[in-house]
Amino acid sequence: MVIDEVDRKIISRLQSGIAVEEEPFRSVALELEIDEGELLRRLQGLVDRGVLSRFGPLLNAQALGGGVTLAAMSVPEDRFEEVTEIVNSYPEVGHNYERDHHWNMWFVLLTEDPEQIGRVQRLIEKRTALEVRLFPKEKEYYLNFQLQL
Amino acid sequence: MDLMEKKILALLQQGLPLSSKPYEEIAQKLSLSEGEVLRAIQKWKDRGLLRRFGVVLHHDRLGYRSNAMVVFEVEEERVSELGRRLGTYPFVTLCYRRLSRKPWWPYNLYCMIHGKERLVVEGQIERLLDENGLRDLPHAILFTKQKLKQHGPRYFYREVSEETLS
Repeated sequence: MVIDEVDRKIISRLQSGIAVEEEPFRSVALELEIDEGELLRRLQGLVDRGVLSRFGPLLNAQALGGGVTLAAMSVPEDRFEEVTEIVNSYPEVGHNYERDHHWNMWFVLLTEDPEQIGRVQRLIEKRTALEVRLFPKEKEYYLNFQLQL
Repeated sequence: MDLMEKKILALLQQGLPLSSKPYEEIAQKLSLSEGEVLRAIQKWKDRGLLRRFGVVLHHDRLGYRSNAMVVFEVEEERVSELGRRLGTYPFVTLCYRRLSRKPWWPYNLYCMIHGKERLVVEGQIERLLDENGLRDLPHAILFTKQKLKQHGPRYFYREVSEETLS
């Protein structure tokens, strides 16, 4: 994916967030010394090209009172596609990755209520006839998703 | 959160409208005032519900295609110190302690590394192992083979009608 210097500047700046104010993009545009209209057009372009997934809130699921956990499954190679489809069909499943290991499918479960985690786990187990293992977070030491561009 | 806040959040999760007055657009869809939307967001921020309001990247589209989850089995007494230390490496994007599941999964410390090239990431993992004396510690390296889904959370989407969301 080719992005130019201005896109790069925009993404870098927006990774650290925007202020909660009526016209949030105006101050960002001022800071980056570009026109607000151009900033918005470029942002839309980045979304359309799939560089940005969305522009929105990054929530602290635990503070919100919701359930959140990492989960893993060991899926036989010949059933991988079928199981992926089932797992991904749940709105509670966020990121899902295939990894190079006996436990080859890793995903995040996010629910509005912590008790729903077990319910989704059992539903997936029932539909796939495979075990879903949960790895709840105990402590966060570091979290940074500001990529160097 | 009250019902109004849940509705606001359900809409914001879909992405902030890319316009000069985005909160006004959200407010109009929910028949609220711009001030009500802004106050709700500020409240979440003050209470630590909102980590930040910014862009969510598809890092693979930016060339970050080589991602590894490195997990270690660390003694209770050492895990916090080591977790904080590994988090200081610039290439470590996440560092968490999670429940171990002995005997089949003894690991309790997780590090994520996002990189552009596998060889570079492998070198970074070597550095983590060497510089922190972790070579003899039980560990596993799980490289990503493919992304199967990337979607942010969908809280409270049942609180608003489909027309409002569309």
